[in-house]
Formats: sequence, structure tokens, C-alpha cells
Amino acid sequence: MGSITLKQVRKAFGDIEVIPGVDLEINEGEFVVFVGPSGCGKSTLLRLIAGLEDVSSGQIIIDGQDVTSAAPAKRKLAMVFQSYALYPHMSVGKNIAFPLKMAKMPEEERQKRVNHAAGILNLTDYLDRKPGQLSGGQRQRVAIGRAIVREPAAFLFDEPLSNLDAALRVNMRVEISELHKKLATTMVYVTHDQVEAMTMADKIVVLRAGRVEQIGSPLELYHSPANRFVGGFIGSPNMNFLEGPAAEAFGAHAIGVRPEHFLMSKTEGQLPGTVGVAEHLGSDTFLHIDLDDGTHIIARAAGEFPISHGDRIWLTPEEGRVYRFDKEGLAIT
Amino acid sequence: MARAVSTRIKIGYTVAAWTVALIIFFPILYTVITSLKTEQAAISGFDLWPSFSLESYRDVQSQYNYFKPFMNSVILSLGSTALALAVAIPAAWAMAFSPTKHTKDILMWMLSTKMMPAVAVLVPIYLIFLRTGLMDTRIGLTVMLMLINLPIVVWMLYTYFREIPGEILEAARMDGATLKDEIIHVLTPMAIPGIASTVLLNIILAWNEAFWTIQLTTTNAAPLSAFIASFSSPQGLFWAKLSAASTLAIAPILIMGWFSQKQLVRGLTFGAVK
Amino acid sequence: MATRQTQSLARLMRAPAIILLLIWMIVPLGMTLYYSFLNYNLLNPAGTSWAGWFNYVYFYTDPAFMESIKNTLILVLGVLAITVIGGIAIAMLIDKPIYGQGIVRILTISPFFVMPPVAALIWKNMIMHPSYGVFADLARFLGVSPIDWFAQYPLLSIIIIVSWQWLPFATLILLTSLQSLDGEQVEAAEMDGAGAVSRFIYLVLPHMARAMTVVILIQTIFLLGVYAEILVTTNGGPGNSSTNLTYLIYRAARLNFDVGGAAAGGIIAVILANFVAIFLMRAVGKNLD
Repeated sequence: MGSITLKQVRKAFGDIEVIPGVDLEINEGEFVVFVGPSGCGKSTLLRLIAGLEDVSSGQIIIDGQDVTSAAPAKRKLAMVFQSYALYPHMSVGKNIAFPLKMAKMPEEERQKRVNHAAGILNLTDYLDRKPGQLSGGQRQRVAIGRAIVREPAAFLFDEPLSNLDAALRVNMRVEISELHKKLATTMVYVTHDQVEAMTMADKIVVLRAGRVEQIGSPLELYHSPANRFVGGFIGSPNMNFLEGPAAEAFGAHAIGVRPEHFLMSKTEGQLPGTVGVAEHLGSDTFLHIDLDDGTHIIARAAGEFPISHGDRIWLTPEEGRVYRFDKEGLAIT
Repeated sequence: MARAVSTRIKIGYTVAAWTVALIIFFPILYTVITSLKTEQAAISGFDLWPSFSLESYRDVQSQYNYFKPFMNSVILSLGSTALALAVAIPAAWAMAFSPTKHTKDILMWMLSTKMMPAVAVLVPIYLIFLRTGLMDTRIGLTVMLMLINLPIVVWMLYTYFREIPGEILEAARMDGATLKDEIIHVLTPMAIPGIASTVLLNIILAWNEAFWTIQLTTTNAAPLSAFIASFSSPQGLFWAKLSAASTLAIAPILIMGWFSQKQLVRGLTFGAVK
Repeated sequence: MATRQTQSLARLMRAPAIILLLIWMIVPLGMTLYYSFLNYNLLNPAGTSWAGWFNYVYFYTDPAFMESIKNTLILVLGVLAITVIGGIAIAMLIDKPIYGQGIVRILTISPFFVMPPVAALIWKNMIMHPSYGVFADLARFLGVSPIDWFAQYPLLSIIIIVSWQWLPFATLILLTSLQSLDGEQVEAAEMDGAGAVSRFIYLVLPHMARAMTVVILIQTIFLLGVYAEILVTTNGGPGNSSTNLTYLIYRAARLNFDVGGAAAGGIIAVILANFVAIFLMRAVGKNLD
């Protein structure tokens, strides 16, 4: 249970086409992440699956059933919203029990499920509190609790971590991943943060302007981006792009090299430049380098790398780690 | 803004502010005092000391059957408020959570009906009331008061509903709530403070309305505003009795008003000043 | 924002309010417009005939009309001047650090909750009465002869009463606006060397401009319709010296039974109110998003 198929799903708001037509196959139990810059249509796509928006054309099939025009409640999906969307006037327990109450589940069974969910999410001590008395992370867990009690066919997450601070975000990321392992239910997760996508997904769908740029596992996207956009979007810091003679040497219009794929030397190499800012993090050293041809490059050295502002440096891309792109930005294979 | 100021300056401001406030409040205060005097004491010169006589309150009831217009006021203001809510809650819900391109225009248009001078439609309304037998009936006046305050009610509810995040209603929809569940279990509990202040303001406005109540009632349906206006000459009611009637007429609304200052600003300015 | 299902539902839920208000606006206004072109007197309904522009011409050439327009303007402008200037002053005073601010506030806004007939009667009998009023007591105390307010200064008396009713409204709204003024902004201005007067002119007044506009526009709408205060005090007199347009139309309709004339007057009142309404709608509309 929990496969979702999109067939030529198109969405337009008035004259503005937000999603020109998406085909997508989400398998049972998969953790799929929609990622892309803001305004790329990833949240709209999720809301179409949820049934909170109507599709303009196309089909949505969940577990073999066409649900294109079914109401949200009929799709057996649960959603966790960016703002958590908890009911402020209900206690945590009542919040989690709400979908069960709507399903007219007997009180006893409801209580059992709520307690079970609260146990999984460490919320047992908070069941009588109101959402307003909880921290951001706890609210997030209540929202997840409200989703899991229903035992839905799939979970939908709409940028659930964007309102949390950095440290909490890392924790919740792990918690959600663990939850997925435990429940083995399909999850569709929307984020603009490629780190979340890389760390959590079985399958990443990269979107830009409503179009699917590439679908693949995190490492597939990392190792063989289909185009410059995906190359630049996946990986942190971003991939460096070089054009002109440096690229022509590889028989391409442009080449992309990830910061971690440079060999660095203070004496010799292919690309000479000057160090601007050097960020020494201990575990890594990030160098902002202005190449002599004017290109700005970020390179990463593992561990400590003794260098400072204004020093000369020579960079050499690692063998086999150079991505080649043609004029249209498509990868040359 | 709160900064430490010397006590002397603070006392200076305090004296000035209290003086102004007491002058403004004086007519009301003096009315209450006079209502507690005997008729004789009421017209025997300026005196802030009441004789604590409840005689005028008793007379107002026994001579003028005060209870009847009072109940009319209660029925009209509560009735028109309930009617207005029944129509306005769904409308405000629709406009706040399912807005269209025209929502703004519709709201502005509703507001514009509030600006129509009452006197401009006095003739037709008067004739309609005469011919349909609505004249001097509570039902006719209730509908009238509902109509003149409906735009404000829709507006206030709209601005309050808009503050409820749409995601929460969507969450309810995802959780399997039908529209009925959504309104009963989610929207209404969250909107109660807003609805309450809307109700309060509308009761105040309906209670104090004094154009249509005077035009469209004679005795049966006359609320306090029309009842009191009929004593425009002092022969009808003497000082102390007039004061007692006035005190009773304004007391409930005065107390309500004190509790709804903040919401009042918002309601009376159509959300333009918060 | 929503699906087709919720949208069609929304249409259904909007409909009653819209239809009600549409009827409420169109039917009576249409009837008024129609009557305004008729010779129609309730005392002689059989003699009803088409009048053309006669009612308008009659109304316009009636000396009482011009006087009522003049009185309306004086009343509106007078009350506006008193309430806005007084409101700013009182709002600034209440906003200062004072003891018992909450009670001062409650006392100050109280007159607003007093229904118009009561307000007018209190002033007429308790305050301004030439023999028993507080003003008369005060005059005797000072050794001057008491003023017969409603006979000698009828319009001014009404302006005073109406101002007393609306001063709280202006104060409350201006106070709300004043309290939303950013304290840091004021402190920054102080650091920049602005004195109390310049701070008032360059910071406080511009900040309150919007609230003042709203106060002026909303009050104007209500002040154009002042009625009960006149009814219970002067009855529009002596002569027509305290008759405003609203009261004139009321008299034509209810005391002279002149349906056609009152309707023509009503249309004129609508046109007058529309001038104000257009400005108000703009001010409010800007705040919708």
C-alpha cells in the first residue's frame, strides 16, 4: 500500500502555468523528496497530490485508484504542514486524536493509538498541554503524531523543518528518517534544502519552474547530474563552473567541478589563482579563490590547510571528477 | 516608550488627565447622582450629594412601564445580532478562506451600503412598513437593525477570520473533517474571540440606534431609544425620573463598552485602525 | 487556494449576505428616486402625478434648504474641529505616564456609549437648562445671568452635545494609533536633537495622519445623519436655525407628508454622502491587503 502515480499532471492558476505536465512514479515504501528553489512548484505538486488543489489536467493514482477528483479526506494521505497547523484550542492528545475522531473510531481504540504514537514521538508527558505551550520541535512531533495515528497510505511533508533552528533541524531530520525505517510507509517530502534531500531521500525529484529536471537517488544526482542546474543545485558548497579555454580543454562549453574535487598546490597546477577568504573550520578548509581568468571558485581541502589571504594557489581538477556540459547546459556523457 | 519620569511630572500629568476625564464624564455622573435624588432635591440647585432615594426608579416603572421598552431593546439588539451573525459568518468564512478576484470589491461594496444616509430611504421604508403591517413590530425593526449593521458584522468577522491560518483548515480537511466538522470543531473555537467582540459591538450599535427606532415604532415595539426620545419635554418626566430612566438605559451598554474598547476601534474603523 | 468544491460552496455561503444587501440597497433607493419625480402627498394620495424635476427645483429654491445645508456644514465642520483637535490633545495626555490610566481611559470614552436621545436630554435638562442646568448654576455662582442655550445659540448647543458624544471616538482611535508609534523612532529623533515640538510635527502627526483621516471620514458619515439630538432638543428651531438636511427631510416626510419632496431631498443627501464615501472607501481599501 502506498504507491502514487502522476500522469501528465498539469496545474495552471488562471493564465499562469505553474506545472506544465509531470509524470512521476512513487513506489510503495519509498522516501521521495521534491527539491528545488523557491517558486519551482514543489509545494504545489504536493498539494495536488494531497487534493488541496485541483489539477488542471492529468491523473493522480494512489494504490491503483484514480483519485484525481477525490476530496483530500478520501485519499488516505496524511500531511505535515510547514506551520505545523496544530489546532491551538485542543490539547496535544486531542490534536493527535482528531483524525481518528473524524473517522468515528471508538474512543478506546483512539486512546490506544494516541498513546502508541505519543510513545514513539516522546510526547507522552505532554498529552494534556496546548500546542502554545510546546517548543518548535515538540509541535513538529505533534504534527507528525497526528499524521501517523491514521496509518495513512502515504505521508506528505511540506517543508516541515524550515521553522526550526539549525541544530533542531538536524535532529528532526534523523527522527523522520528513523520513523520512515520503522513504519516503512511511503513518504513524500518537499524541501528547498538540498542537504535534507541528500540525507533523507531514497529518490530525489529536482524541480525547476514546474518541470522535473532529474529524478534519481541522491548519489546518482551527485555523480551524474543531467544538466548544469542539477549539478549546481546538488552538493554543498555549490559546484564550480568554468567556461572558456579551461572548458574547451575538456571539449565542452562549460565544465563543473565540485569544491571537494580539486587538488591544491602552492607551487604548480592547471588553474592559477589568488586566495581571497580562507575559512578554517578545523575539519575542512574552504577557500574562496579568484582564478587569473577572473572566475570565482570555492575549493575544499580536507582537514587543516595552512594558507591565508592573498597567497597564490594552483588548482587541478581530479581525474574523472570533471562534469562536462554543452551550450544548452545538458551534460555530455 | 515607558521611561522613568520623575514622580512630580507624573503627578502633574495625572492631575491634568483626571481633570479632563472627569469633566468629560461629568454629565453621566451627574445623571446617576440625580437619579438617586428625590424630585424636589433634583431641581433645587447644584448638589453632588445624592439623597439615595430609589423613588424615581420605582416611579419610572410604575408610571411608565419602563420594563417594556427595556425588554424591547434587549430583544431587538440580541435578535438583530443573531440574525446578522447567521448571515455574516458563512459569508465572512467564504471571503476569508476562499477569496476570488472580486472579494475585495464585494467587501468595499458592502461597506458602501453602510454609507447610504438613512434619511434618503426614510420615505420608502416608512411606506413599506406601513403597507406590510411591519410598523411598530419587533420583527420589522429587528430585520431593519440587522440590515444596517450587517456590513460591519461581515467586515469585522472577515478581518478576524483572516487571522486564522488557512493551513489549519487544510489540515482539518486532510484529517478527514467535513465542512461541518471543520466549522464546528476547528473554525468556530478559534474564531470565538473575534465573534464575541463582533457581537459586543453589534449589540452596542443596535441598542443605541435612534433613527429607525424612532421612525418605525410607536408603543408596542419601541425600544429605550424611542421611549426616551418621547420625553423631549420635561413635562413628561421630571428630572430625577428622567435621570433614572437614562441611567438604566445606558448602564448595560456602558459596561459592555468598557470591556470592548480595543475591538471597538477595529470594528468602527472597518479594520483600518487596529 | 482551494479546490472547485470549496469554491462552489463558498459561493453558496456568500450569497445570502450579498443578496440581502443588494435588495436593501437597490429597492428603497430605487423607490426614493422614483418618488422624487412624483407629486405625492400622503394627505392626498389620489392626487399623485408625475412631477418631473419640480420636487428638486422646489427643494432647491426653498430658503429652508439653503439654511439646512449651511447648518449641516457648520455642524459637521464644527464637531470635526472640536473632536479632532480635542482628541489629539486628550490622546496625548492619556498616553503620558499617569496614575490610573485605565480608569481615565474608561471615563473618557464613556459618552460614546450613551444613546443619542439620552445624551441630548441629559445636556438639555441637566446641563444647559436655563434655570435648573449646571451651566445656569455656574453662571449664578459667577454672578452673571444664565444663558438660554437652545433659544439663543441653538446650533452651537447641538454642536456641543454632538462633540461630547464623538470626542471619545476620536480620542480612542487616535490613542490607539499613538500607542503604535515606535518608541525607538522617538528616541532616535531625540538623539538627533529634535525637541518636543519638532517631534510632534515631524513624527507624531504624520504617524497619526491615517487615523485622523479615518476619524474625519467616519465621523462625517455619521454627522451628516445627526437626527435624534435635534429632535429632542430644538426640534430644528427656532425657525430653521438648527435644522440640518436630515432633519429637513424628516420634516418633509413625516410632518408635511410630502413624499415627493422628501425623496428629492433624500437623493440630494445621497449625493452629499457619496462625496465623503468615495474618500473613505479609498482610505479603507488601501488597508485591505
